Amino acid sequence: MSKHAPNEIGLFAPEILKPAIVESFRKLDPRGLARNPVIFATALVSVLATFLVIQEGIRGGPAFWVGFQIAVWLWFTVLFANFAEAVAEGRGKARADAFRATKSTARAKFLADPARRDQFTLREVDLLQPGDIILVEVGDTIPTDGEVIEGVASVNESAITGESAPVIRESGGDHSSVTGGTTLASDWLVVKVTARPGETFLDKMISLVEGAKRQKTPNEIALNILLASLTLVFLFVVVTLPFFAAWSGTTIPTIYLIALFVTLIPTTIGGLLSAIGIAGMDRLVKANVIAKSGRAVEAAGDIDVLLLDKTGTITFGNRMADAFEPAPGVTEQELAEAAWLASLADDTPEGKSIVDLAARKFGLAEDGRATSGTFVPFTAQTRMSGVDLPDGTAIRKGAGDAMRKMAGVPLDAQVEGVIKRIASAGGTPLVVASGTRIMGVVYLKDIVKPNIRERFAELRRMGIRTVMITGDNPLTAAAIAAEAGVDDFLAEATPERKLELIRKEQTSGRLVAMCGDGSNDAPALAQADVGVAMNSGTPAAKEAGNLIDLDSDPTKLIEIVLVGKQLLISRGALTTFSIANDVAKYFAILPALFVAAYPGLAALDIMGLGTAQSAILSAIIFNALVIIALIPIALKGVAYKPSSASALLSRNLAIYGVGGLIVPFVGIKLIDLIVDLLHLV
Amino acid sequence: MSQIRATLVLLAVFTLLTGIAYPLAITGIAEAVFPAKAKGSLVEVNGTVVGSRLIGQSFTSDRYFHGRPSATSGTDPNDPSKTVEQPYNAAASTGSNLAPTSKSLAEAVAARAQALGPGRQPADLVTASGSGLDPHISPAGAYAQVERVATARKLAPAAVRTLVDSRVEGREFGILGEPRVNVLELNLALDKLPPGGAGS
Amino acid sequence: MQADLLQAALYAVVLVALAVPLGLYMARVYTGDVTFLAPVEKTLLGAAGGGGEQSWCTYAVSLLLFNAAGFALLLAILMFQNVLPLNPQGFDGLSWHLAFNTAVSFVTNTNWQSYGGETTMSNLSQMVGLTTQNFLSAATGMALAAAVARGFAGRQVRTVGNFWTDMTRSVLYILLPLSLVLAVVFAALGMPQTLAGSVDATTLEGAKQTIAIGPVASQLAIKQLGTNGGGFFNVNSAHPFENPLAITNYLSMLAILVIPVAFCFTYGRMIGDRRQGLALFAAMGVLLVAGFAALYAAEHAGNPLHAAFVEPVTGNMEGKEQRFGLIGSVLWAATTTAASNGSVNAMHDSLTPLAGMVAMLNMQLGEIVYGGVGVGLTGMLLFVIITVFLAGLMVGRTPEYLGKKIEAKEVKLAALTLLIMPIGVLVLGGLAIAVGTAQSSVQDAGPHGLSELIYAYTSATGNNGSAFAGFNANTPWHNTFLGLAMLLGRFGYMLPILAIAGSLGTKMPAPPTAGTFPTHGTVFVVLLVATILIVGALTFLPALALGPIAEQVSMLAGTTF
Repeated sequence: MSKHAPNEIGLFAPEILKPAIVESFRKLDPRGLARNPVIFATALVSVLATFLVIQEGIRGGPAFWVGFQIAVWLWFTVLFANFAEAVAEGRGKARADAFRATKSTARAKFLADPARRDQFTLREVDLLQPGDIILVEVGDTIPTDGEVIEGVASVNESAITGESAPVIRESGGDHSSVTGGTTLASDWLVVKVTARPGETFLDKMISLVEGAKRQKTPNEIALNILLASLTLVFLFVVVTLPFFAAWSGTTIPTIYLIALFVTLIPTTIGGLLSAIGIAGMDRLVKANVIAKSGRAVEAAGDIDVLLLDKTGTITFGNRMADAFEPAPGVTEQELAEAAWLASLADDTPEGKSIVDLAARKFGLAEDGRATSGTFVPFTAQTRMSGVDLPDGTAIRKGAGDAMRKMAGVPLDAQVEGVIKRIASAGGTPLVVASGTRIMGVVYLKDIVKPNIRERFAELRRMGIRTVMITGDNPLTAAAIAAEAGVDDFLAEATPERKLELIRKEQTSGRLVAMCGDGSNDAPALAQADVGVAMNSGTPAAKEAGNLIDLDSDPTKLIEIVLVGKQLLISRGALTTFSIANDVAKYFAILPALFVAAYPGLAALDIMGLGTAQSAILSAIIFNALVIIALIPIALKGVAYKPSSASALLSRNLAIYGVGGLIVPFVGIKLIDLIVDLLHLV
Repeated sequence: MSQIRATLVLLAVFTLLTGIAYPLAITGIAEAVFPAKAKGSLVEVNGTVVGSRLIGQSFTSDRYFHGRPSATSGTDPNDPSKTVEQPYNAAASTGSNLAPTSKSLAEAVAARAQALGPGRQPADLVTASGSGLDPHISPAGAYAQVERVATARKLAPAAVRTLVDSRVEGREFGILGEPRVNVLELNLALDKLPPGGAGS
Repeated sequence: MQADLLQAALYAVVLVALAVPLGLYMARVYTGDVTFLAPVEKTLLGAAGGGGEQSWCTYAVSLLLFNAAGFALLLAILMFQNVLPLNPQGFDGLSWHLAFNTAVSFVTNTNWQSYGGETTMSNLSQMVGLTTQNFLSAATGMALAAAVARGFAGRQVRTVGNFWTDMTRSVLYILLPLSLVLAVVFAALGMPQTLAGSVDATTLEGAKQTIAIGPVASQLAIKQLGTNGGGFFNVNSAHPFENPLAITNYLSMLAILVIPVAFCFTYGRMIGDRRQGLALFAAMGVLLVAGFAALYAAEHAGNPLHAAFVEPVTGNMEGKEQRFGLIGSVLWAATTTAASNGSVNAMHDSLTPLAGMVAMLNMQLGEIVYGGVGVGLTGMLLFVIITVFLAGLMVGRTPEYLGKKIEAKEVKLAALTLLIMPIGVLVLGGLAIAVGTAQSSVQDAGPHGLSELIYAYTSATGNNGSAFAGFNANTPWHNTFLGLAMLLGRFGYMLPILAIAGSLGTKMPAPPTAGTFPTHGTVFVVLLVATILIVGALTFLPALALGPIAEQVSMLAGTTF
């Protein structure tokens, strides 16, 4: 689950809105506008309309006042679209500023010789190149991204992740990566720089949320093409209309044609498209995920198969004691006591869970016996641990085969039965012995995280298959898989088998997502369509993934999927809404244009609008205001509840399709009433 | 280059096959099996071709039942450079193609109706057919003319009406199309009625 | 009215009963499982030597080459028919622009006729020229559909089939056998079939009547089966020789739609998912029935301007034939405009305004309501791509059809085709008004004149071929621009859909999950129909408001022009 984001920004906070208004005007720069075909076309005809209105004004023509208002609202249409984008960017910028504040301005401690930690020179952060070695000491802000090559330290990453508890970073293994902008809470680290200046994660994140380097995602490109071609269709419709009208002896003022054109082209979605994209990225960043490309975010919405590591994602990281199964002639309490004694000094989570269980079940409490004994830790040779009590009793707990070896005789048949039963149920049987007497078995069990089953059911409704990846044997894996409610599992997984599984799913046409952190995950991460690398992971893993989770939370994948889907749904829904709107606009404008030629066409004016002029003005005002009205939806995303595609489609069609047909009839009528009331025309 | 060869070979073969062999084969079959129909369902009276039973012809005399208004035209026999109205010109079929809001159509409909009598008239008698060669009128259209034909031929209206009764074709297979009367065949039968008919 | 609806219902039932087995048979033809003429096929293709499997690009090149050659041959025949044999009436060669227009028209399966057949064409032109192209233009469309279906069904393949094989099979196994049977039936039912040019008769009133005649039955069979529609005579299937009985009318209407409807089932079989074909069948069916109902209601109401003089029982009979009645003409008008056939058995120019508008809309939607043989299906698939794209976004996935991702490339190609109808109808129509050639060609004043113009350019761009025949299209301007509209409306759709098929063929289909929305369900059919209607309505409503809609309100107000 995501932790709280570094900062939470209200939808219409004044510190965002004010600069956004200024920015709306700055965005009138044609070079920027040209990126958005629909709004660019709107701006072009607005210029034309302005020119015509000025001409009319100089001539003192009667159509000046209504023309003037139409021209003003045309410009508002463009400005509102700019505003939507500016608000979205502004929210990103606010987040970026927060990140930027954490960037270290202090100079880095550069080590010419990694072995000589005492001999560093100060160097500007901007000059650090990949491969440089630097020293970071307690209290320092880590200047740039890197890999720990020496030392162990706790690092405070709250500036980036919002998580206040420090995390351990050490050389080697899967926790060797450090991020620029985080602070060393203890000790020291020697770090090899891995990022070029200006390309650290912090930098990437800043440019991502600011939308500066935002690339259009594949579906956005496709949608833009569709919108551009619809714009062209309506251009043909409007440009040829004067000829058809002339046939009927009617002249349509150019300004009305412009109004018709702008109301018909999909300005609503055109104006909100980039805001939707920026807001989508923003939502990801809020979830502490960095997308290396927009494509990855969209792909997340598309995935069919989710590979999840069992440990840490589906189950808690460790197994816990669940039951005591005494040997014949031993009471449960005796067994519990022996196990309790053997575990009191055992710091491992398993050991603690045995103590907890014994305490819960039999109220055992520390009485000095254990502490007076000698703790025998687990070693790879003995594969057991325990305690030697002062009275000489050696209590041991360990795996069945180790205990068999220690006992030197075959175990009791009943105990063997218990061991087998526990193993086949996916648990770990821990045999406890007091001296040579086998006391019984402790049932250690994988504990599936609460609520995980519901999440998987949710994913299933969305059509996503979950596959559990585990190193366990198939028997154990199957039991946990059944308990957690995953659709499938890969037991005895190795990096190679993982990669093979991904390839297999892909050749049958499925998109696969996975998360990983270790270097050995890198090939699979690279192969997966969506690879989420844990930020705590190795540089190799981070290089291979296309999304990076700063919280290093494997269940984050589910959230990423939701963000990806919401992004697409918002675009689709607003496009449908935008196109459906046109029907009502025709009923407003066409009778207004043609009623002079054929009075009978007044029958098409089903809204009963005031006058021809007020009808046209109302339609163009509605067209502009609807952009503003939909900004919240564009920024927050269309409400999305995981459900089947059919249900989703029906629901969105009803809201945005049917709604898109009806809303403008009501809206235009209301605006027309106000226009008439204020005598605007 | 192989594409060009394929183009030429297949175009030649298909032209022979579908453009020559196919129509000639059908012609052969039709002329052998349905010779009368193949040649246009011609009607002969005393060795003279008087028309085709499928093609309407112009009747203007009160002694005959009239077909539907026809919008066909033809070259003016007096001045080949001009085109004149020539109903049932079976060498150049056409409809009126007049618009529903056409003034000339409205006037024509009114004039035809008034010529037939007061009030509303059967639609087929006041509207031009699509082909200009419609061989049929509706039974109502035939009955509407009984009086006039009987008077002109000095026949009992009942006898003419009986003749029409016998000439009404129902819907084909009892369901397809509309009931109708073939005007040419009706008029041929009319010519065969004994003068004076069943006594007036 | 009951009898009318009974005839319509019977038509629908028999049509589907014929189309399903035919569609499945056609699928077997295109997968090479029908072999009863294998020796002929092998000899032919061996002689032609057109190579093996083709990429979409090569397929397109073959298709274009073959059509270009067919165009050149037809153009030559038409321009020089005066020096060629089989010209009993001694007609002149056609003017360059009429020959261009006619050659384009028949090669593009439009079969628009700027001329009257019996007053213009020699028997050689009718047979060798026009009948040949009736077969070949239809076969081209059918081959395209087969290639497209293969592409849509393909799993990571780079080829879509072989044009020469598809073409040959379309003719040998489908068009020719069906035409042979239908032509003989037509001849048995009274259609003339002779090489004579005309017969002279002496009418009962003593006048001379020259009756044009010719090899009608053979041309009529393929004219309907291949959604061609080019008549032997000027008034097309209203002519008693082209359509002597209610039963020939009925069989003709079945022949118009049977192959286009069958293609839905062919498609379902070829892509291995019957339900997808059924969904297209349903969407098209909804549009056809809606169009028919609107047409029927408008025509049945009759013309209020004539109400004082005409018995109301039969509805509007101007331009219709007694033997078919209102229903036989209305059902025909609905099917022929929906199917891109374009043959008429009643004068569309004299349809009541709203009925005329439905006929126009049927074409303006892109000729996808079953549409032309093969191309109706492929045109519909372009709308499917657009609809899938919108719907796909709304369920939060990259849009997919048949498990294949619809990406920028496919959307671009499909979106491009949205421009064809506006360009062909609005831009070329507007241009004709701007230069004044429209005004001089229309027959009727007022809004109906505009309808005649819009109808002409709609029919040409939609490759339909029917006309508001009062419009005089036989001028250099209209012959040229209508010809260009036909080319645009034919190849402007063919090449993009072939490219899309080529692109989809290379993709690996993803198996469906609960997250992919089904493209065979009711929701999708509704959405598809809505998309088609909204795109069509938004594009043409302004023009239609000034044409048929203005005429309708004028008619109701008692105005004549």
